[in-house]
Formats: sequence, C-alpha cells, structure tokens
Amino acid sequence: MTHPEATEITPKVDLPGWPDTKTGQKKDTLTGRRTAIGEWLAESSLFTISLISILALGLIMLFLLMEGSPTFSFVSIRDFVLGHFWYPTDEPPDFGILPLITGSVSVTLISSLIAVPSGVMTAIYLSEIAPPRVAEILKPAIELLASLPSVVIGFFGMVAVAPVMHEVFNIPTGLNLFTASIMLAFMSIPTICTISEDALRSVPITYREASLALGATPFETISKVTVPAALSGITTAIILGMSRAIGETMVVLMVAGGAAMIPESIFDPIRPMPASIAAEMGEAPFRGDHYHALFATGITLFLFTILFNVLAMSASRRFRLKG
Amino acid sequence: MTFSLPKNIVSGKRGTAQKIWFTLFRLAAGINVLALFAVIAFIISRGISAISWEFLSEMPRNSMTEGGILPCIIGTICLALGALSVAFPVGVGTAIYLNEYASQGKVVGVIRFAIANLAGVPSVVFGLFGLAFFCTVLNLGVSLVSGALTLGIMSLPVIIGASEEALKAVPNTYREASLGLGASKWQTICRVVVPSALPGILTGSILALGRAAGETAPIMFTGAVFFTPDLPSSVFDEVMALPYHIYVLATAGTHIGETRHLQYGTALVLIALVLGMNLFAIIIRSRLRNRSRV
Repeated sequence: MTHPEATEITPKVDLPGWPDTKTGQKKDTLTGRRTAIGEWLAESSLFTISLISILALGLIMLFLLMEGSPTFSFVSIRDFVLGHFWYPTDEPPDFGILPLITGSVSVTLISSLIAVPSGVMTAIYLSEIAPPRVAEILKPAIELLASLPSVVIGFFGMVAVAPVMHEVFNIPTGLNLFTASIMLAFMSIPTICTISEDALRSVPITYREASLALGATPFETISKVTVPAALSGITTAIILGMSRAIGETMVVLMVAGGAAMIPESIFDPIRPMPASIAAEMGEAPFRGDHYHALFATGITLFLFTILFNVLAMSASRRFRLKG
Repeated sequence: MTFSLPKNIVSGKRGTAQKIWFTLFRLAAGINVLALFAVIAFIISRGISAISWEFLSEMPRNSMTEGGILPCIIGTICLALGALSVAFPVGVGTAIYLNEYASQGKVVGVIRFAIANLAGVPSVVFGLFGLAFFCTVLNLGVSLVSGALTLGIMSLPVIIGASEEALKAVPNTYREASLGLGASKWQTICRVVVPSALPGILTGSILALGRAAGETAPIMFTGAVFFTPDLPSSVFDEVMALPYHIYVLATAGTHIGETRHLQYGTALVLIALVLGMNLFAIIIRSRLRNRSRV
C-alpha cells in the first residue's frame, strides 16, 4: 500500500548507483577500491537480510508439510478432504475435514455478503462523498476497527451479540454460523474498505470531470465511471478481505459454536478449520495421529489463503496496467 | 489536489436515486464507525469497575478467580517487544534493500511474492509453524522466545510495508544533494535517507507492536500458558498473556460466570494497550503526512 502522494513527491531522476528509473536495471558507477568493498558489503548484507522473508515462507511450508504429511499414512487424501466425520479422539478416530472446510467456506461467504457491500460503500463514501474533514476523522476510526484484537471481537460476540441472537431468533444457541459471520465481517471490513478507497482515489480526477461535463449526476459518475475504473482494485480488496476472514481464528473459535458438522441452516453451530486447530492442538498427543491431522488441516487452510493471495495479486496486476 | 463532487441538487428520478444511494453510503460508513464505538463502549462500561491498582499489580489468586493480571500484562509486553526486536532489523533491512538497491529481477520478484504471501498466512498457521520449528526443532519449548519469534515473523510484512512507504516518501533531491557532496551510496542511505524516513518507520513499527500484542492464535501453542505461578525470569520461561487470558477465562474455565468481571477488566486493559499504541501511531502519521504535503 503505497502512499498515493509518495510518487508525486519523488521526481523520477536517475541517480548514480540506484536502479534506472525506466528499465529498473542497475547501473554501476562506484569507483575506488575501499568504497567499492564497503558498498558491496552493505548491499550484500541487506540482500541477505531480505532473503529472510523467503526463508520464513519456505520454512512455514516445509514444516507444515513435514508434520502434516504423516496424516496420509493412516487416512487417504480423499477420505481426509471429503470425509464427513471429524471425531479425532474417538476409538477408532475419524479424520474427515469436510465439515471443517464447509464451516470455513460458509462463514467466509456469509461474512463477505455483509462485509463486501458495507466495506465498498464505506470506501465510496470516504473517497467520493465525505467532506475532507469528515473523512479525516472517519479513516482513523476504520483503522482502529482493524486494530481491535480478534480475541476482543470474539469476546464481544460471545457476551454481547450471541445472547441477543438467542433472544431475537429464538434459537437454541446464539453461538452459530450467523453470529460468527457478523463478527467476522467486522474484521474484514477495514481491509476491504482501506484497499478499495486507495483504488478509488487513484482513479484520475479527469475521468470524473469528463463524466460530470457530459451531464452525469454525481451518483452516475460514481457508479458508471469511478467504480468501474477502480474495479480491479476493489476486486483485490474483496479477495484480501475474504482471505483474512477464512484465516481468522479467535472469532470463529469463540463465536461459531464449535460443532464439527456440515451446516444446514445459518443458525447451525459450525467448527471452521482455524477453530479446530486452535481448540484441539493443546490436547492432541505430540506427534500422534490427531496432531498430524491438525497440521494437515493447517495445510488445507494455507492452500486456501495462498489461492486467495494469488488471485488478489493477479487482479491488482491488471489494476496497475490500467491505472 | 482535492476534488469534490458538485453540490448542486439533482431533481427528478435521477436525483431521487442519487439521494437514496448517497444515504446508503453514509449509512454504511456510519454503521462501521458505530460498531467500533459500540465494542469499545461496551468493554469500557463493563470493565471499568474491575480496574483497580490491585488488579493491575497483583498475581492471580484462587485458581484465577480473584486477584490481578500483572503476569499477563508483563507477558504481553515482553512478547510484543521481543517480536519487534526480531522483526524491526529484518523488516527495515529488507525495506532498504527493496527500495534503494533492488533492480527488477527474478529474485526480487520472489522476495515480494514471499512478503505478500507471508502477510496472508493465517495467524493460527504461524502458531503451528512456531510449534513445529521453534518449540520442537530448535528445542526452545513453550517459551517467551518461541512466542516472540513466531509473532516476529508474523509482523515482518507489516514492518516491511510501512518502512518501504516511508523510504519512498523521501524526496530524491535529498539523495542527489548527498551524492553531490561526495557521499557514497551507503553513506547517503545511512545519514540522509534512513534518518528522514525514520518517523514513518517508527510509526509503522508501533502499529506492528500493537498488532503483535493483540494476537492470540500464534502464541497459543508457542509461548502462552494458562497459568504460571511466577513472573518470567528468563526468555525460556512460559508466560501468561492478556489475549490468551481472556480466551481461557471466557471459554475454558470452570468459573466462567464468576470471573466475568475479570474478563471484562482484562479485555479493557488489552484494548487500552492496543488502541493506545495505534492511536498514537495514527496521530503521528497524519501529522507527518500533512507536513510532507506542504
């Protein structure tokens, strides 16, 4: 997320020693042996440091695979992913994570039904309609919403929202798919809103001026010019918001009800993948079958988020080409 | 460079449509801000009665149904600072490399891909990784250092992003002037570029610190425990932490009802800590942005 003003402040002038502004390729202009060695040392140590991110991601994948793959010695991949029963502590145990996957997918989809309209509309308000002063107050509020610890949102959902749901809808428990989706929506709204707003703001003002000059109303300008022009950025925002929702742990752990079954109504309790991992890892015997199965669940969850990220990246690449 | 839509009133069908939609946009923004205040107000109103000096400065007593939360506060601060001390040097170093040195190429592409994906890894997966790598392979066990390292890796993308933004905002004229005076590239970066980007880098780091302090899932299996009788004396000790404490009291205890006030109190301390840090960083950042606009 680059600050929109940043590119304007920095005029693009080629500097000796920095990569070329047009080609991005390096030009070497340093002379003198002592400086050259010092400079080389600085650059290569910084390069080494920046490889740590790759190392970290690589190690995460490696250890997930190492600890998760033994699962498939006692249950086939097919039975693991498509099995309907998750009873890891029974005798004999059942390791089918389909209820967990459907739990995760359903809570993510329902929460995005709430978060997407709400987040995108807030972004439109902040970028297109709100007077600058109002936007300056509201934007930090949205950022603070993002910074609320997930455990606090989960706690709030448990003690404040769930009892209300229980009363209003007259259901056996307020801890269910619907309540979890609402709470989760408020975790992904800031992501969706902030990135959408950046995308909307990067639409050139001339587009809006041209539309207004042709006689379109402000709303027509927003709906037919500004939003379509920012659409791939908004798409990125939505995908990243959903990625955040599917990986979010504490909210679904505390609010979703925890029943590992395929939901039939939106008031059914569910047990999404992160909740299952977080709740059971403490009790699973070290390097036992259950332990490995939880790591394999982690792999599944990780694959979902990687998929979301790759989609988001390709959407934003299209966005950059357009802008 | 401000632009605002014309304020003139549109009449007829198109005007009505506009009115309805604009009201919806305002409503959406209103609801989101309201949600923030609802959560904060609820926690404050329920939690304020639990807050006392004893609550903040004493050890828990009577299997955590009475007493204070001092070990949780200390544990959370240690974990967050530990995470920052890992993530800050690596994050800033990476940002300097990416912004000042990196030419477009395959390796840089892979680094950026890794950072973007690291940012998307679910927090509970970081917890699994920490358990398998730091606790087991590096044999650090469930300890402050394992938890801090796990949180550190999680905060890495946040710090890299914020630092890169800050470095990008340093005008190129600064670099030109420094080079023009005969400084080398490394000298320019050390004495000119990084110092002028420092406020932005620090702001981003405070945000990362706040995020690390509020996370639960990564420390559940790596650093935090239900209860320890003593304060941590070394980095290899297990710690108690505010977010985990809330979770345990609210879901796993045998006295969920009786410890409600302690739960509200702990939640209040946690949001005061996290929102305080965030508010501080947001205010500093908006000041910086206003200054750079002039």
